[in-house]
Amino acid sequence: MLEAIINGAAGLTVGFQQLFTDWSNPLMILIGGVLLWLAIKKDCEPLLLIPIGFGCILVNIPLSEVMMEEGFLRTIYDAGINTELFPLLIFIGIGAMTDFGPLLARPSMLLLGAAGQFGIFITLLLALALGFPHLEAVAIGVIGACDGPTAIYVASQYAPQLLAAVSVAAYSYMALVPIIQPPIMRLMTTKKERETTMQYTARPVSKTTKLLFPLVITILGGLIAPKGLPLLGTIMLGNFMRETGVVARLTKASENEIANVVTLLLGLSIGASMSGPAFLKAQTLLIMGLGLLAICLDTVFGLLFGKLMRLATGGKVNPLIGAAGISAFPMAARVVQREGQKYNKRNFLLMHAMGANAGGQVGSVIAAAVMLSVLAGMGII
Amino acid sequence: MEMDKLTFGITMLVCGMGGTLLTLWIISLIMEALGRIFPCQPGEGES
Repeated sequence: MLEAIINGAAGLTVGFQQLFTDWSNPLMILIGGVLLWLAIKKDCEPLLLIPIGFGCILVNIPLSEVMMEEGFLRTIYDAGINTELFPLLIFIGIGAMTDFGPLLARPSMLLLGAAGQFGIFITLLLALALGFPHLEAVAIGVIGACDGPTAIYVASQYAPQLLAAVSVAAYSYMALVPIIQPPIMRLMTTKKERETTMQYTARPVSKTTKLLFPLVITILGGLIAPKGLPLLGTIMLGNFMRETGVVARLTKASENEIANVVTLLLGLSIGASMSGPAFLKAQTLLIMGLGLLAICLDTVFGLLFGKLMRLATGGKVNPLIGAAGISAFPMAARVVQREGQKYNKRNFLLMHAMGANAGGQVGSVIAAAVMLSVLAGMGII
Repeated sequence: MEMDKLTFGITMLVCGMGGTLLTLWIISLIMEALGRIFPCQPGEGES
């Protein structure tokens, strides 16, 4: 009997014994803790970092079976990430939340949204030069879309082994946009350019135009880039529901209940993919570095395009609005407004920047869709 | 045979970025035209 008691008690200590046999376990638990700290104390994307950090801790507790066959996180992961459902459901919510009015008032802002995607392709080239295989380089480049669901969609499909690093990088840098962008904005523009005042005249957009916008994007985008239709279709479905005004229940559910539940499950799934052996690699640091570079390059090219627009309009455009041509909505637009006002108190760039920012959101989805279709065209996927 | 990395990278840059710019430019033209065809009616008023 004594032996049985000893064996039983020993069973309670196995976890502790295992904890330090593999150094990656305590380290990853610590990383999970850092993510939780960033979410709680620094308010960095708490809706995502809390489930990601907790999932990371869960999966790195020794003998944890949560990601084993039939483990609860494995079930969630298989159901939502392997099937690509989670990012797409999130996209319906994003579409339902986004007002494309400022963009539709000045459709030319879409071009700033396009310029803000350059970082994707330059980073892809760099990743290839650093030795990453084709599809891994694509997944790393997509961090430059500055759009979590897009990055997850592409990585889970074509480089699932990089999913954790890519999604953590994408969400971390999205949260760090207010820190990453201002120094680049100051470096790339002159004081005179930053002080440029842009007049804003409200241009009302008809309901018909707002209704046609998601349909045009879906049909035209789908014809050009059919591989990316799930991405385009879901965000535009959400927006179409919003603009019709006749399915308020569905719109509210998409932007609240569905988005909240899926965000929780998505975060947990990403955290669950952060097991020590898969995450603690020099490669992860490299991916984080490339991701940061991608977002810096997006900002640089956005600003350059802003300068080009300034040149074309005879100095009427403040090039700072180019920095808002990324998908971090509405964070990037707020950064532009704040920076503009630092140099000229009478400068109100927010509405222009919101247009560019909405353009960046559409641009990132279009860029990913185009990329997938080019890959399909080349016979890579 | 797998495509070499330089060809792959340049093709992605040219077709990917070019395709993105072109698609968004076409969409901006269409939306500009639709904005003119369907102007905001009095009473709609929202920007």
